[in-house]
Amino acid sequence: MAPVQVRGTVLTVRRVDAYVAMTVVAPAIATRFRPGQFIAVAVGGPQSAMLARRAFSVHDVRPDHGGTVEFIFLAREPGTQWLAECRARDVLDVVGPLGRPFPVPRDPASCLLLGVGTGAAPLFSLASRLAERGCPTDYLLGAESADRVFGALTARRTGRSAVITTSDGSLGSRGSVVDMLPTVVQQARTDVIYASAPLGVLRAVCALAGRYAIPVQALVAEPPMMCGTGLCMGCVLPAVSSDGVTRMVRACVDGPVFRGDLVRWDDVGTIPFDALGAPGWKPRPTSATSPAPPASSATSTVPAPGTASGSSGNPASSPISSAPGITSPSRSSSPPGSSGERSHAG
Amino acid sequence: MPADLRTRIGHLDLPSPILTASGCAGAGRELAQFTDVARLGAVITKSVTLEPRAGNPAPRLAETPSGILSSPGLQGPGIDGFLQRDLPWLLSRGARAVVSIAGHSAREYGELAARLSDAPGVTAIEVNLGCPDASAAGRPFALDPAAANAVVAAVRGSARYDIPVFAKLSPEVTDIAAVARACVSAGTDGLSMINTLPGMAIDPATLRPALAGLSGGLSGPAIRPVAVRCVWQVREALPDVPIIGSGGVRTGRDALELMLAGAAMVAVGTVLFHDPSACSRIQRELEEELVARGVDRVSDIVGRAHQPAGYAAGRTWV
Repeated sequence: MAPVQVRGTVLTVRRVDAYVAMTVVAPAIATRFRPGQFIAVAVGGPQSAMLARRAFSVHDVRPDHGGTVEFIFLAREPGTQWLAECRARDVLDVVGPLGRPFPVPRDPASCLLLGVGTGAAPLFSLASRLAERGCPTDYLLGAESADRVFGALTARRTGRSAVITTSDGSLGSRGSVVDMLPTVVQQARTDVIYASAPLGVLRAVCALAGRYAIPVQALVAEPPMMCGTGLCMGCVLPAVSSDGVTRMVRACVDGPVFRGDLVRWDDVGTIPFDALGAPGWKPRPTSATSPAPPASSATSTVPAPGTASGSSGNPASSPISSAPGITSPSRSSSPPGSSGERSHAG
Repeated sequence: MPADLRTRIGHLDLPSPILTASGCAGAGRELAQFTDVARLGAVITKSVTLEPRAGNPAPRLAETPSGILSSPGLQGPGIDGFLQRDLPWLLSRGARAVVSIAGHSAREYGELAARLSDAPGVTAIEVNLGCPDASAAGRPFALDPAAANAVVAAVRGSARYDIPVFAKLSPEVTDIAAVARACVSAGTDGLSMINTLPGMAIDPATLRPALAGLSGGLSGPAIRPVAVRCVWQVREALPDVPIIGSGGVRTGRDALELMLAGAAMVAVGTVLFHDPSACSRIQRELEEELVARGVDRVSDIVGRAHQPAGYAAGRTWV
């Protein structure tokens, strides 16, 4: 459902270890919300000098007061510090729910929920939804230190298993979630990984999962979103569409949940040479007028340079996190390099 | 009695003087979730290029005091994608499309104008002169009256006669009126100002420039006084040329200020990142500001600040 912009009253602000947990009354957002989606909050008041919204994954929605939305953040820059100073009955300008939610399997599957820091926040509402489908859930949570592991208690209480790692060893085992991933995956016989973590961790998780042929649904929170609504074109990363072409997609509207094998993690922060419209990219003369894929869902309508003649039978629906695809570990796309080389040859 | 916001300029007949600024509203699709695009004066689209463009690498944006520094690098589907997908969508929603075009040579601009003239439903063309000129070592067209003149002449020569052309000017010049005159002598129907101001930010955490493109364009309320000055100067020099004013407009009062300085229309840009429903709100606030001053028609206040003090004595406002 389409996002809404609401003025939500702050219900509670509480400290959770190093983090702030804030609950806002926003029935219109709460009823539309699905796990994995996020909200974008204006900070600094109506005449704020801070024009960028702050984006937060929704931790949970509850039915009280008509519908409340809870989110978790670390007050580490002026915008989030302002937010942390808000008190009950203050009013916030909130837009949401935004982005594509986590797709969930049709049939019961063993799911591993992997979160680092506040990245763990969106996993718990996902776990409830997975439980409804009869999916056993295991947790692998990590952070720098014990006070930054979010939701360890809930994970231990509600998960089939929960493994915690901290960089300094103050809780669970010392190290990174990536170190523990092979062990956990084997013990839990994981079918699907849901990961919400910094880019570096997601890259490593997707590489490891690829080795075990386990599909990953990755929730990205970088590059930072300025508007959350897709207007500013700031949060782009390179991802392979279902037609095999790499496009610069917006994490806020094409994500934040992406199929892990389709994001070109090593090229994040760059424009890959074979991305559609990259410098030096040339369309094939014949492809310029060929028909576009169905307009409703594709991120870009321009026909794929190397595939315009051959793959038009593949309905180029939206590239990244098509909902039912998660239980099939096979890659549906051709290797990114090949399409690019063909486009340059043409 | 509500004030009349209708704006009529030459071939243009808009229900409101409030537009979206180029590059801040895509092609209206995202904005339509929060604002009825059909009730806006028009949607000025993100600049369209001949070929698809991937844009610049991230990070592309940085927040600065009352502003945003950005270098998205004209990411977009190219003219084919725009004509197949974006323009029909805008028209199906009943919105008016002012299409911004960008290129690296006068020939590219002319080609874009010709392609748009073949498509039905283009309300006007805005010429983004802020792009680097390939033949002048990457200097933007808007900085050189002769280059701006050549581009506008190419567009006016290729565009259908009944599609108005607006040239978008940069504030980064010594004499903005000189560039404005050069565009008018090339046949532009109106002017649009201001584009972003070049700026830079350095990330104290990484000790490196905050943007991957090093420098970017500054926009937002931080640059509004610059916009007011530019609109004022061009209105003084060319009182008969319609102006689309833009630059940090956040409230109806901000829009009123630009109109008093001489803008017949006002485009809302960066503030949309902060408040996606800003256009509707600003439209409402502008109407309230007019009613509070006893003004019946919005066209009555355009350039009003240029009239000498005391002119309005005996009238109900000022």
